[in-house]
Amino acid sequence: MIDLLTDVLDQAKRRGATAADAFVVEDQAFSAQVRLGQVDTVKHAREQHVALRVFVGHAVASASTSDLSRESLDRLVNEAVSLARITAPDDLAGLPEPSEWAGVVPDLQLSDPRGHELLPEEKIELARRGEAAALATDPRITNSEGGEFSDRHAQYTYANSGGFAGSYETSSFSLAVSPVASQNGDMQRDSWYHVTRKRERLDSPEEIGRIAAERAVRRLGARRVSTVEAPVIFDPDMAASLVRHIAGAVSGPSLYRGASFLVGKLGAKIAAAGITIVDDGTRPGALGSRPFDGEGLPVKRTVIVDEGVLSSYVLDTYSGRKLGLPSTHHAARDGSGVSVSTTNLYLAAGETKPADMIKSVKSGLYVTELIGFGVNGVTGDYSRGAVGIWIENGELTYPVEELTVAGNLLQMWNAVEAVGDDLVFRDRTSSPTLLIGRMVIAGS
Amino acid sequence: MLARPERFFEDRFGLTPSTMERLLGSTLARRVDHADLYLEYRVSEELMLEEGAVKKAARHVSQGAGVRAQSGERTGYAHTDDLSLPNLEEAARQARAIADQAGTSGIVAVGRHGTPHDLYTLAEPPIAADLGRKIKLLGEIDALARSLDPRVRQVIASLGSEDVIVLIATPEGWTVGDVRPLTRLNVTAIVEDNGKREIGSYGGGGRVAFDFFLEEGRWRHFTSEAVRQAVVKLGAVDAPAGSLTVVLGPGWPGILLHEAVGHGLEGDFNRKRTSAFSGRVGEKVASELVTVIDDGTIQNRRGSLNVDDEGMPTARNVLIENGILRGYMQDRLNARLMGLPPTGNGRRESFAHPPMPRMTNTFMLAGQDDPGDIIRSVPRGLYAVNFGGGQVDITSGKFVFSASEAYLIEDGRITSAVKGATLIGNGPEALTRVARVGHDLQLDEGVGTCGKDGQSVPVGVGLPTIRIDGMTVGGTQV
Repeated sequence: MIDLLTDVLDQAKRRGATAADAFVVEDQAFSAQVRLGQVDTVKHAREQHVALRVFVGHAVASASTSDLSRESLDRLVNEAVSLARITAPDDLAGLPEPSEWAGVVPDLQLSDPRGHELLPEEKIELARRGEAAALATDPRITNSEGGEFSDRHAQYTYANSGGFAGSYETSSFSLAVSPVASQNGDMQRDSWYHVTRKRERLDSPEEIGRIAAERAVRRLGARRVSTVEAPVIFDPDMAASLVRHIAGAVSGPSLYRGASFLVGKLGAKIAAAGITIVDDGTRPGALGSRPFDGEGLPVKRTVIVDEGVLSSYVLDTYSGRKLGLPSTHHAARDGSGVSVSTTNLYLAAGETKPADMIKSVKSGLYVTELIGFGVNGVTGDYSRGAVGIWIENGELTYPVEELTVAGNLLQMWNAVEAVGDDLVFRDRTSSPTLLIGRMVIAGS
Repeated sequence: MLARPERFFEDRFGLTPSTMERLLGSTLARRVDHADLYLEYRVSEELMLEEGAVKKAARHVSQGAGVRAQSGERTGYAHTDDLSLPNLEEAARQARAIADQAGTSGIVAVGRHGTPHDLYTLAEPPIAADLGRKIKLLGEIDALARSLDPRVRQVIASLGSEDVIVLIATPEGWTVGDVRPLTRLNVTAIVEDNGKREIGSYGGGGRVAFDFFLEEGRWRHFTSEAVRQAVVKLGAVDAPAGSLTVVLGPGWPGILLHEAVGHGLEGDFNRKRTSAFSGRVGEKVASELVTVIDDGTIQNRRGSLNVDDEGMPTARNVLIENGILRGYMQDRLNARLMGLPPTGNGRRESFAHPPMPRMTNTFMLAGQDDPGDIIRSVPRGLYAVNFGGGQVDITSGKFVFSASEAYLIEDGRITSAVKGATLIGNGPEALTRVARVGHDLQLDEGVGTCGKDGQSVPVGVGLPTIRIDGMTVGGTQV
């Protein structure tokens, strides 16, 4: 594939590009969904696409195609070069400096070729076991949206016209179970999943199914609460969503467009002193790791928030130049050009046991699910639908639903009163349990 | 630009309807309850202006085939982006592997296929329009936005266009094709005043030619709306928290219907009995003032289709009639398993995804009331006219949608603008509280995208002004 990319880049230069870069993704995926013990849907997929970015002087354009035939690649080059002739020149556009390119491409153990060797029947069996475990956990689990096993094997290859070329493979394996609980006419769903790069590290289907069932059952009989201002505890997955909002606000494109509540806050205190947020793309075997970013720059560990102080933005080459800063090696590629993305993003663990956190709350909300899109990235205003468990006198008491939690992200992060000691790297963004001293909970 | 779908796939890939039928026939016939082959060729283009210049231009081509075999409740689906015949045969073999165990379901014969509609034949599809004209328009939008208010700091204008050619073959011996143009123009303005920043966005489009944006001053309207919304939000006060009477303005606030009832009435959740609306056809689920329609046959609309992605002509389906639940939206699988006719709602994001029941254009019919009277009827409440996205938990019925432009109503008058807030309710109950319905039904401008199970499809919504007595508003003012 490096040869194919080199040909494409050479051709782009012959057609008038002054510089170019390109990548290919080749992808094989399988998924099996089992519902109520029967196979529901099995999917096989093979896909590939090539994406090209060209510079003609300081003007830039992109093109992509899923057809890798010679004629199609000729068209790809022609389209990209002719598009670049109509876009506006921008002095800051261009490839990163060669001195920044990744040297040796490290093996981050992102691939597990043997893990994919399971037969389809064996993959179906994993999904079936996960769902069966959920159905067996509690008689109130009466229905199911199914259990699903999926695996994906991909190869990413990147090259630029300056001579950098690199390639790496990734694997992923996931199992998710989504049971439905019912009692007295009340029906509730929930789910649990696990995803890994090595199949052998996948949690057992029985454990995933059991947790999914417990999550669904604990929502039965949910009540509403009266509108109140109270402490709110976010469970680790929900706390991770708050960390993602920070990542969105420190991304280069949001900042240079002025579309972020963290514009101009580099070096300022934006969160309580106990808050440290790190992005680390070098963790071996981790879901967000990659040996180089979408512009061929080596990934690294970046401290974004250091004890409450905003210490780094998340930048690719172009947004860095716009802000007068070096790239933080967070370029991500899609067919449309370059964007930024975090790798393994996490809120560093604190020292509070989640159980003690709950004990410290006289009356408040423990959030287990958030829905909706009520986050204004420009102002930080926050208002989302929530599901959870009400805390009375330091105890989790009854489930609650049909309520909202609202505040402002900057105020919320400054109002963090405790950070849990329970950080687990479960997904690309991870967090321990988090206690925010005061938010407005709207209900009946 | 592109002629008949049958000719297109024949010329480019040597795939004729008879090749496709033979492929399905030899590989799949008689062993499964349903099988289909879906070919897709998609060309798309994106242009984006920011900081006064078009800095991003991209063009994408994707092509591929999806092969599906169904037996009983089982679906085997294989897709590939290699449209060669041997490769399609391999995909068909993989899809069949799952359905190999003999089917056991009672088959409901799908007798009526009807004739595809002709809803969006265009002299020039938007993707074929001259790039120079498109770039000029984006520049004019930037200039207009900056001239409207000195507080405008940033203008982001984007224009996306695509053309999708599909050809669908089933072993019942028929092949149907469709050429689907789609375009969308979006304007975002960021304003700043005394260090305070706000954002406003507006846009529209449909299965229309590029000239649509130049007609009736539409691009000017989109631009001035984006700036106006951003400026209004600069002066917004904290939104109230708690249960309030809510008046929704016409048009895009129809997202209420999409979340509160639309998803819950999709056939898959009801066949599985995991929807809060399962088994409730014939029951009262809304006020008698409420009639909700899903209509994929409206000329040139973003959510419209000549045929759905299983080759069924789309239809105008009554979901709720005078408050009574009338029916679900179906694809072929769920219709067959429920013993009901398909409704033309089988849709997929692309060849890489199997179809499932999805909405098209979902709206509430107009009522009798004057919109001004509806507002005057509210002593204290919230008037919400623009929304961001929404989401629903199908099983519990709880849904949210987030207001991006809203005002307080005090003593029957619209007063202060309030900050964005999420509204939350319970689907089977929320529409029973609809107390007034205006005569001003509007469809949205053509910007909606619906996500379900990882698949995005373009949709439309519509609503007249309505009053809902009691919705929870997620503000911060207790």
